[in-house]
Amino acid sequence: MEREFFLLLSGVAIISALLVIVARNPVHSALALVACLVQIAAIYVLLGAPFLAVIQIFVYVGAVMVLFLFVIMMLDVRKEAQTRYLKNAAWPGVVVLVVLAAELFVLLTQSARLHAVMGPGQMITEQPSVEKLSLLLFQDFLLPFEVASVVLLVALVGAVVLARPDEATVAGNTDKPDNGGRR
Amino acid sequence: MIPTLWYVILAVTLFVIGAAGVLLRRNVLIVLMSLELMLNSVTINLLAFGHVLQDLRGQIIAIFVIAITAAEVAVALGILVALLRNKHTLEVDELTILKG
Repeated sequence: MEREFFLLLSGVAIISALLVIVARNPVHSALALVACLVQIAAIYVLLGAPFLAVIQIFVYVGAVMVLFLFVIMMLDVRKEAQTRYLKNAAWPGVVVLVVLAAELFVLLTQSARLHAVMGPGQMITEQPSVEKLSLLLFQDFLLPFEVASVVLLVALVGAVVLARPDEATVAGNTDKPDNGGRR
Repeated sequence: MIPTLWYVILAVTLFVIGAAGVLLRRNVLIVLMSLELMLNSVTINLLAFGHVLQDLRGQIIAIFVIAITAAEVAVALGILVALLRNKHTLEVDELTILKG
């Protein structure tokens, strides 16, 4: 039964990932990426990590993709919808992709050491507990946790500073009486 | 019981699809979305091997990957808004400011 679930979820994930690449409209790409991320969250549940699945849906689908959709709606993307792919760099890109895919395929099928590590797979024996995860996170990995919070704070401040309009343009805009208050 | 190789093959497929998006698409937004896809495929690998080896540190690293991704997306979209305001384009091949 697990295998059928896995095949269903991974099939939908791969199809929606292809849609992200192929879609002409960026909004369609974003929605396909949302579908793909939800499938991946379900795969996390199969892997015995329900906390990560919830975090995936909260952070990716709830925050990151909504941010993407806001930016898509704020910017005018209709002009860019005409040509989907690069013209000049297409052939080197395809060559790099084929080499990458062949390398990874050969590594996965031929490497005896990798197969020794992977083994036959693992049953979900016990109910996965968030308690152990939190103990590990807040005891052994407390310093990286705090560093991650500082990184998030710096990113917040950086995003606000980057997206703010320049001082000169703000001063120019406020001189005109017709669009005062709008930046 | 699902073989671990299946998870790794799924992750590799998603990674190659994401790399195709990064290398071939013209729109910067879609390039960023493909980067998200590649990061997720790496997270699948981390969780799969953490599940096989019965080690919770895979999940810990996955949590940090998700946190850093959120920070990266915030900064990248800020850069993108500033770029569109200054250069009025979102296409990769027209953004050649660093060329000198």
